[in-house]
Amino acid sequence: MIAMRSIVKRFGRQAVLRDIDADVRSARVTALVGPNGAGKTTLLKLLLGLARPDGGTIAVAGRVLDGSPDYRVAIGYMPQIARFPAHVSGRELLTTLASLRPGARTPDLTLSEAFELGGAFDRPLGTLSGGTRQKVNAVLAFAFKPQLLILDEPTAGLDPLASRVLKDRILAERATGGTILITSHVLPELEELADDVLFLADGSVKWQGPARELKMSTGQGTLERAVAQLLAGRAMLAVA
Amino acid sequence: MTEVLCLLRPAWREALRGRWLIGLAIALAGAGEMLIRFGGGGATTIVSLLDVVLIVTPLAALVVGTMQVHNAREITELFLAQPIARRRLFIGLYLGTALPLAAALTIGLLAPFAWHGLLFSPLAASLLRLGAATAALTMIGSAVAFVVALKADDRVRALGFALGGWLIGAVLWDGVILLLALLFGDRPVEIPLLVALAFNPIDLARVLLLLGTDAAALFGYTGAVVQHTMGTAAGHALLITALALWLALPLWFAARTFDHKDF
Repeated sequence: MIAMRSIVKRFGRQAVLRDIDADVRSARVTALVGPNGAGKTTLLKLLLGLARPDGGTIAVAGRVLDGSPDYRVAIGYMPQIARFPAHVSGRELLTTLASLRPGARTPDLTLSEAFELGGAFDRPLGTLSGGTRQKVNAVLAFAFKPQLLILDEPTAGLDPLASRVLKDRILAERATGGTILITSHVLPELEELADDVLFLADGSVKWQGPARELKMSTGQGTLERAVAQLLAGRAMLAVA
Repeated sequence: MTEVLCLLRPAWREALRGRWLIGLAIALAGAGEMLIRFGGGGATTIVSLLDVVLIVTPLAALVVGTMQVHNAREITELFLAQPIARRRLFIGLYLGTALPLAAALTIGLLAPFAWHGLLFSPLAASLLRLGAATAALTMIGSAVAFVVALKADDRVRALGFALGGWLIGAVLWDGVILLLALLFGDRPVEIPLLVALAFNPIDLARVLLLLGTDAAALFGYTGAVVQHTMGTAAGHALLITALALWLALPLWFAARTFDHKDF
């Protein structure tokens, strides 16, 4: 679904991403993990066209990114807990997003029902709690039947029940062929979701491959322990 | 261009429901009401209000513009993640900021004249000039604010630059010109003064407004010089062209910055 080749991104003199070669496979959940400052957010921004690489190429669904916006029709993006306009409701924001998407069909609001958002979807975002705003944020990302979902810390601020609902939805999307790229600092959250792991540190890919292989090669039973071991530098296995 | 219109809708809602814009309009209307009551609602009222407009409008546009760009940062990123070209998004964001503000300021300015029944009096022409100048200065101030805010990612820094720019344009510029004119008073200074005038949109608006009144000499040295060199149709066209450039160039520069920016 996504193919990145020799991606370089600098901010000023500092290289944030150096020579990234990475793939995100279709109809799978890929967990993008790594310590703070590893370049995860920058990588997501490059995929979304929010920033442009200084070198290398990115292809999304077979289309090489060249500055044209059309490829983003296929993408649903859920930013980190966002401070959206305080006086606009979730539904109004949804209407605006729909108008920016040529040929958008009736938005899919099943996630709103699953969250039991009810009237909160029609109230100004500024009056909602952080968790409820995050639910609205999720509803917007899933509303346009995206082939590729880019979720940045999606469960942050959600209560266990809502987190459960969101994870079920992610798995349902995968079951119908959706590709999901997800970041989270809470690795146990990713345990039941992640098919593949893309581990970034210091702006380069330190490990990528199926989650199961990561656990096997590190000899750890959980994703959290396996990644902790990678971080500790005891198992810098380069798997192409 | 339908996308641009769709971006304007939430911007209007945000502006109206946020109430501060309405507050700004009411404050301006209050100032106008005072001036009408104490100034008698004649030409002197217009001249007093002119100074309020020249000071308040650019200040409001610069401050509100820079704040809006920074406040809208996250929603801008969400919009950028949609299949919309950056240039269109930029136009939507700019108009979404500048139009509600221009409307609020113009309505606030003209409202007291409306309820005093002065809109269609002999003052009508002057009021029309004043309203147009308010709208133009708001659009220009917002465009400059977009340049500043898109260039300076830190919001305090951006606000500092915006306020500095306002201070230079609204206060310092005329003082420096007056000083230079006094220093070189024995030489012909008209041409350099006219050139200096073109570099300050507030001065340009002031001159355009004063050409409609007899009070040019009261308002700064540039005003006095320009009264007898610019009071022609060609002079008007030149001033309006210069103002139009003050809108077009910052907008073009801001759009370019937006196109290439890393969010």
